[in-house]
Amino acid sequence: MKRSPSITSKLPPLLALAAVLAVWLIASEGGLVPEFMLPSPAQVGAALVSEFPTLLDNAAVTLQEAALGLGIGIAVALVLATLMHRVRALYRACYPLLVVTQTIPTVAIAPLLVLWMGFGMAPKVTLVALTTFFPIAVSLLEGYASTDKAAADLLRSMGASRWQIFRHLEFPTALSYFFSGLRVSVSYAVVGAVISEWLGGFEGLGVYMTRVRKAYAFDRMFAVILFIVAVSLLLMALVTLLRRLAMPWEAYEKIERND
Amino acid sequence: MSGEESASALRAEGVTKAYDGRVIIQDISIHLETGELVCLLGVSGAGKTTLFHTLSGLERPEAGRVLLQGEDITGRPGKISYMLQRDLLLPHKKIPDNVALPLVIRGEKPRAAREKALGYFAQFGLEGTQDKYPAQLSGGMRQRAALLRTFLGSQGVVLLDEPFSALDALTKREIHRWYMGMMDQLQLTTLFITHDIDEAILLSDRIYILSGQPGRISAGLTIQPPRPRDLEFSLCGEFLAYKKQILSLLERQG
Ligand SMILES: Nc1ncnc2c1ncn2[C@@H]1O[C@H](COP(=O)(O)OP(=O)(O)O)[C@@H](O)[C@H]1O
Ligand SMILES: [Mg+2]
Repeated sequence: MKRSPSITSKLPPLLALAAVLAVWLIASEGGLVPEFMLPSPAQVGAALVSEFPTLLDNAAVTLQEAALGLGIGIAVALVLATLMHRVRALYRACYPLLVVTQTIPTVAIAPLLVLWMGFGMAPKVTLVALTTFFPIAVSLLEGYASTDKAAADLLRSMGASRWQIFRHLEFPTALSYFFSGLRVSVSYAVVGAVISEWLGGFEGLGVYMTRVRKAYAFDRMFAVILFIVAVSLLLMALVTLLRRLAMPWEAYEKIERND
Repeated sequence: MSGEESASALRAEGVTKAYDGRVIIQDISIHLETGELVCLLGVSGAGKTTLFHTLSGLERPEAGRVLLQGEDITGRPGKISYMLQRDLLLPHKKIPDNVALPLVIRGEKPRAAREKALGYFAQFGLEGTQDKYPAQLSGGMRQRAALLRTFLGSQGVVLLDEPFSALDALTKREIHRWYMGMMDQLQLTTLFITHDIDEAILLSDRIYILSGQPGRISAGLTIQPPRPRDLEFSLCGEFLAYKKQILSLLERQG
C-alpha cells in the first residue's frame, strides 16, 4: 500500500523551522542584538515585498548564467562519464584529476576566471559549469558501475552489442543516479553564479548582494538570502518533478519496497 | 562422426569449463534433438549454470565445442535463447517492451516487435499487463513474461535455468500444467535446469544428471510415457520407479 507522507513525518522539520524563527524573533525584537545588525522577521518580510521586482530582474540574469553553466556541465559530464565508463584507461587517467579539480575552492578560481574572461557572462557560466559537472559525472559513473551483471549477460546472450547494452541497460540504470547528482548540481549552479557575480558584473543577485552589503542594508541582505534559498528549493523540486516524469517506474518500485 | 549426429539441434562435445583455474565442469557431451524437452538435473553448485553459460556462448570453454544444427557456435552468443536463473525483467521497461527486447536487439522496429509480443499475451496469461512495469507484477506473472521473452527470441533452441524454482508449490503446479500444453504448440527444442526431481520426471523426454567435482554427466535416462503427461502421472508407480532410480544415481555420485 502506498502511504501518503503523513503529518507525523512533516512535523519534525516544521518544529525545527518554528524554533529557528522563535530564536530569531526573541533575538531581534527582544533587543538581544542591535536592530540594525539583525532585522526582525517583519522587517525582512517588508524588504522582500518592496524589493521583489528588483530581485526578480536580477534573478533573471543569475538564472540565465546558472542554466547555461548547468547545461554545459551536464553535457560535459554525460560525455566524459560515458567515455570514462567505456574506456578503462581513460577512467584510470581521469578520475584522480577529476577529484583534484574539485578540491580547488570555487572562490579561489572565480577571480582567475574574471581576469581571464572579463566581467561579462563568460566567467560566470564557466564557473557554474565547473562546479556542476562534477557531482553529475561522479553520479553517472557510479550508476553505470551499478549495472546488474546478470542483466548484462542476458542482453549479451541475445547478441546485444556494447552500444545496445548501454542504451537498454546501463544508461537507464544510471538515470536515477544522474538525477541525484543533478539535484545537488542545481543548488551548486545558483550559488556558483551568485559567487561569481560578487567579483564583478553589472546585474544579478550577486551584484545586488554586494550593493546592499556596502549600504549596510541588513534587511535587504536577509531578503536576498531568503530569496536565493527559495529559488534553490524551487529548482530542486523541479528536478524531482523531472525525475518522476522521466522515470515513472520508480513510483512502483517504492510501493514494492514498502510492502 | 556420422551426418545423423551432426544434425542434432544442439550438441556439446567434450566441453570443459574452468573459473580462475578451478575446473567446474569436465568433458561434457550432450545432445538435444529437434522438438525434445530435456532436463539437466543436479544438486546446487554442480555446475549447471556454468554449462548453460558455456552452451549459450556467454563463456568460452577451455576445451570442447558447441554445435547448433552442426554449426560451431562455441563462445558466440546470440544464437540460442537463454533464460537466466532470475527473471531479469528490466525495471524501466513496460512488460511488452521487456518481452520484445530480443527482437529489438536483433534489429526489428520496436513498435512492430511490441505488437508481435502482444499477440502472445493471452496465451501466456499476461492480459492486463500491457501498461505495467515489472515491479507491478506477481512472481508467477513475471516468470511467464520472462518465458515469453525467451520463446519470442528463440530461433529454435531454448535454455531455461531453473525456470520454475522461484515459485511457490501451488503456482508451480499451475505453471507446470500450462507449460506442458504450451510446449506442444510452440514446437521448441528445450534444455532446462532443475534440482527438483519430480519436475524433471513430469516434464521431460530425457534427463541428464550432472554430478561430482568437477561436474560430469553421470547418467542419461529416458522417461517413457509420451508428453504431455497430466499431473496424475506424478502419483503412479512408474513415476516412483523413475524417482528411485534418479535418487540412487545422485547418491552414488555423492
Ligand atoms: N563467474 C564465476 N567465477 C568463478 N566461479 C564461478 C563463477 N560462476 C560459478 N562459479 C562456481 O562454479 C560452481 C558451480 O556453479 P553453478 O554453475 O552456478 O552451479 P549450479 O547452477 O549447478 O548451482 C560454484 O562453485 C561457483 O562458485
Ligand atoms: Mg544455477
